[in-house]
Amino acid sequence: MSALLQVRGVSRHYGPRIGCEDVSFELHPGELLCIVGESGSGKSTLLNTVAAQLSPTAGSVRYRQRNGGWLDLAALSEADRRRLAREEWGFVTQNPRDGLRLNVSAGANVAERLMALGMRNYSQLRAIARGWLERVEIDPSRIDDAPTSFSGGMQQRLQIARTLVTQPRLVFMDEPTAGLDVSVQARILDLLRRLVNELGLAAVMVTHDLAVARLLAARTLVMQGGRVVETGLTDQILDDPQHPYTQLLVSSVLTT
Amino acid sequence: MTAALMLELRDLSKSFELHHQHGARLNVLRGIDLRLHAGECVVLSGPSGAGKSTLLRVIYANYRPSFGAVHVRHDERWIDLAKATPHEVLEVRRRTLAYVSQFLRVIPRVPALDIVAEPLLQMGVDEPEARRRAGDLLRRLNVPERLWALPPSTFSGGEQQRVNIARGLIARRPILLLDEPTASLDVENRNVVAQLLAEARADGSAVLGIFHDEDMRDRVATRLFPMQALEAA
Repeated sequence: MSALLQVRGVSRHYGPRIGCEDVSFELHPGELLCIVGESGSGKSTLLNTVAAQLSPTAGSVRYRQRNGGWLDLAALSEADRRRLAREEWGFVTQNPRDGLRLNVSAGANVAERLMALGMRNYSQLRAIARGWLERVEIDPSRIDDAPTSFSGGMQQRLQIARTLVTQPRLVFMDEPTAGLDVSVQARILDLLRRLVNELGLAAVMVTHDLAVARLLAARTLVMQGGRVVETGLTDQILDDPQHPYTQLLVSSVLTT
Repeated sequence: MTAALMLELRDLSKSFELHHQHGARLNVLRGIDLRLHAGECVVLSGPSGAGKSTLLRVIYANYRPSFGAVHVRHDERWIDLAKATPHEVLEVRRRTLAYVSQFLRVIPRVPALDIVAEPLLQMGVDEPEARRRAGDLLRRLNVPERLWALPPSTFSGGEQQRVNIARGLIARRPILLLDEPTASLDVENRNVVAQLLAEARADGSAVLGIFHDEDMRDRVATRLFPMQALEAA
């Protein structure tokens, strides 16, 4: 099977400081990959660099388009990058307020990305928005309410609906369940797991939570100090960690 | 005609290096050679601490071997899981290699029926068919129908174990690894599991398992593979 995303030797420095250093991985269609590590390990820098929101200091990121051709992200114009983000990718931020438009209704938040793709029929947009609210377990009667009136967990589910409504091929997620109550987390993780399976989308997810990686990702990258220290099957990394840092991470998890 | 060789372990060793315990090294397996054929049920025997569970986990690629080879017949070619890429391992697990542990790793909020049906869906069986077969298997294992729509986190140990067995056996993969799957089952349900294993073997599956209960072991084993704990290195 051919990869969807190819990351080769990617570094991103902030002046003299290292964000991430010499990272390589591939992502296949339909696959969810987790990037784990503590805060400051470079996870989010890597995610933002791979998603073309930051430009790499070194290395390359290549993406295989629907037509089969490879795109080198560094060679893209800003307009092409925006088109890609709109038409083929999605991004879910840790704080849903960063990913949502707070001054428009829940329904408009879901419909907006479809409108950006050219869909104009109001009743059709509304029907799709309704369907997606149901899919992420938000009462469709809240369709005209502003997201500011939603709880944090609802806002995150709304952001997921807004991102997935266009059926992106590739989704980037930055700690989508951090900062939420445990019961709310479980609901969102289950939802993501189901949607990823149903839609067959590929995703890269940053998390500091090893249990999240175990639940969602077949493969995991472990980062420390900007570098990948261990990579492989998630269950292998968690049950038989090789690197001292991974052993420390795994042994530090509280079990109930 | 002799039965097809399905799994071959060659000179397999496993030690654990514990970096945060002053670099302690635990040697658990050394120089294991084992051949498993279609239709066989080989039972690992030996005292606790002999490395039986570790061996199953190394074969499933849940643990990385320190040395040696784990050759698995996947479709009509051989793959050494000790050297395979993660994507290859996932493919072998999806279609060839099943592993049933003693405990169900519960996924929050997913109903028992869906947990059992999932391996079939991953193999491309359509949803109504997968759910029907999952229901049939849960019924045979005496999991009451009123529980099927509930997540198993609230089930009794025995019920969870039966959900786990159903999930492991439903897709009839050619190699089954079983780590004490009947530990908390009553006699009636053990009989059902023994029956299911006999059917899987008749169907050509190769079984490698751990059964502490002697009665169960005598019923299912075609051969024992004795193991001993290694001396501390």
